[in-house]
Amino acid sequence: MSWSQLFFYVFAVLAVIMSLMVVTRRKAIHSAIFLILAFICFAATYIVMNAELLAAIQVLVYAGGVVGLIIFVIMLVKAEEDEVRQTHGQWIIAAFIALILVVEVAFVFLGNLVQRTGNLAGKMAQAGGNTEAVGLVLYTKYLFPFEVASVLLLAAMIGAIVLAKYKLER
Amino acid sequence: MKDAYWPLILVLLLAVGFGVVAVLMSTLLGPKKPDPIKLSPYECGVDPVGDARMPFFVHYYVVALLFLIFDIEVVFTYPWAVYFKKLGLFGLLEMVVFIAVFLAIFIYVWGRGALEWE
Repeated sequence: MSWSQLFFYVFAVLAVIMSLMVVTRRKAIHSAIFLILAFICFAATYIVMNAELLAAIQVLVYAGGVVGLIIFVIMLVKAEEDEVRQTHGQWIIAAFIALILVVEVAFVFLGNLVQRTGNLAGKMAQAGGNTEAVGLVLYTKYLFPFEVASVLLLAAMIGAIVLAKYKLER
Repeated sequence: MKDAYWPLILVLLLAVGFGVVAVLMSTLLGPKKPDPIKLSPYECGVDPVGDARMPFFVHYYVVALLFLIFDIEVVFTYPWAVYFKKLGLFGLLEMVVFIAVFLAIFIYVWGRGALEWE
């Protein structure tokens, strides 16, 4: 087993443990903090797989931005009790959806899909990381979706401002 | 994984090791004589008042979302910066269009007064 494989398994196991902590903690704020650790473990596995750009996005956007947003939402919502216990039967539906997801992922891995797309990613990784490879296609072939992404974020910001009702009362 | 990441692994091991050793040593070796003042969150500071779990001002949420959106903008410039020389003037123009939309977001948020703290 090479060092890369060793680090991959270490961080993958850590990521699974952190993810389990996220869904089992009773306090929402504890879940959020374990979510940061889980995202950092994901980023470490991405680095092992030579996907530096993904790792940077994982840390900057997910561990930094998204979890920050989640923590602010937790602070906004007044918790009636400190420890929220689920009483309704939604977990049955959730378990069913999770099962579908597992079957889907198994289908992707066992089917031909990974071999077809995985080869390209592997070649790019050997050629020196995927940052340049992403730049190569994102700013030429997928230029329009790239520009549309900024408009999508504009819509998100307008939605947040309207929901927060900034200066609307004035 | 590239060899350039070995120092990062070393820093990680040092950081985790230092934390674990420091906490472990103080639990094992430190004397334990607790009293109410020692156990309060700020031993030498102001006494805590009320509950921390109160609803916060919605303003924080807007600021967090604003941070997230500009964070995504920054992330998009990384592959662009790597590939910039090969893209030439075309690449510069498309990034100008991209950032112009974010400038519009900024002006909108500013104009709506979401950046003013009351």
